[in-house]
Amino acid sequence: MHKFLIHKQGDHVGVATSDIEAGETVIGVYMDDDSTIEAVAASSIPLGHKIAVSDIDKDGHVIEYGLPIGFAPDGFKFGDYVHTHNIKTLRW
Amino acid sequence: MKQLLGYRRENGKVGIRNHVIILPVDDISNAACEAVANHIQGTMALPHAYGRLQYGKDLELHFRTMIGTGSNPNVAAVIVIGIEPNWTNIIAEGIAKTGKPVAAFSIEGTGDLEVVRQASWKAKEFVQWASELQREPIELSELTVSIKCGESDTTTGLGSCPTVAQAVDRLVDAGATVFFGETSELTGGEHLIADRCATPELREKFMAIYDDYISEIKSSGVDLLGSQPTQGNIAGGLSTIEEKALGNIEKTGTKQVIGVLEPAEMPGNGPGLYFMDTSSAAAECITLMAAGGAVLHFFPTGQGNIIGNPIEPVVKVTANPKTVASMNEHVDVDCSGLLSREINLTEAGDLLMDYLCRVVNGRLTAAEALGHKEFVMTKLYRSA
Repeated sequence: MHKFLIHKQGDHVGVATSDIEAGETVIGVYMDDDSTIEAVAASSIPLGHKIAVSDIDKDGHVIEYGLPIGFAPDGFKFGDYVHTHNIKTLRW
Repeated sequence: MKQLLGYRRENGKVGIRNHVIILPVDDISNAACEAVANHIQGTMALPHAYGRLQYGKDLELHFRTMIGTGSNPNVAAVIVIGIEPNWTNIIAEGIAKTGKPVAAFSIEGTGDLEVVRQASWKAKEFVQWASELQREPIELSELTVSIKCGESDTTTGLGSCPTVAQAVDRLVDAGATVFFGETSELTGGEHLIADRCATPELREKFMAIYDDYISEIKSSGVDLLGSQPTQGNIAGGLSTIEEKALGNIEKTGTKQVIGVLEPAEMPGNGPGLYFMDTSSAAAECITLMAAGGAVLHFFPTGQGNIIGNPIEPVVKVTANPKTVASMNEHVDVDCSGLLSREINLTEAGDLLMDYLCRVVNGRLTAAEALGHKEFVMTKLYRSA
């Protein structure tokens, strides 16, 4: 059973649809083509919060819905918890 | 689809509720309006905080919102009460253009008690008359529906907004009218809306409204960090305004934007999808959309916004299973099956359209049953 969903192929993050435990191996489903991906959660991720499905370099743009939702000042790694601590708006 | 039943008003517009409202022109007339509504069963006062010493565009918006609220097809008849006769009559005469019964009373020189006595007699006459109005068969194309989400989280963009998008596309295909707004919450996806504007003129008008809003924020020397996204949004997993906006925009569906409206402006380009310049604060936004003529509101929520409106039924849609469990009394349509992939988007759209039929035909929404009547005027700047 999947534990996270990703809007589109090419997105850097998925959204937890159940609470995820640290160290847990979880399956995500891409909503645009129903393909799946496996990730090991680096920390616990509550339902609705994001998990990285890609490594992002320092200051790299973060893509969700196929569009930039901000940038990662310090970058992050596949499986990381992604939220306000490691992603910032490009707008204000 | 089931036969829809509604109230066809004197001007041909269709409502789904049959309210008799007691509308204060200004803050100091709230007491008299509430006294009338206390006396006469089946009437409802709409108290608010403004209406004194406003001027310019802010006063125009006040009048437009008051007149639009009274003109809404969910309203059968209106009592208008203000402190003095001039502004009171402007509002009453604006509403009377719809052909519905309107009576105006002013308090100066008469006092609350005598106005309450006279207005109560009139309110009794109106409510007894309205109580005999019958629902009749109506078409989906005759409805004006508004959409705005709140206390959003990532489940909004995954589930409840795409569900509303299904309904929006079906409504527009059926020839209905739909409003969306929330100017600040388009930030990060404003180009997506601009690209859907039907003409270059509309695109320009839309971008001018958006850019004005952003420069207004910048000129005040602040930014919206800490407000957009809200603390509730962040608790729900949304990290940035762009992420919030892209989820928000999901609910607007795929149709062209055929009109760009001022706050509380009634649409003039016929049926279709309209953008209205509004705040993203739920009560302000829905009050403006109801004043523009919307008779039913779809409200996707993630963390559980509990908003209602006195004259426009608000339908709450959530895909967040925790909210379904913890705030169930506020949830009208549960589409959390989208997250577990037990249902698909077409099925979620079917659920919402079925619920729309029931609410049109009289089922009270959760917000109506719980007494949520948030009526909040938008104030553009400080009064004189």
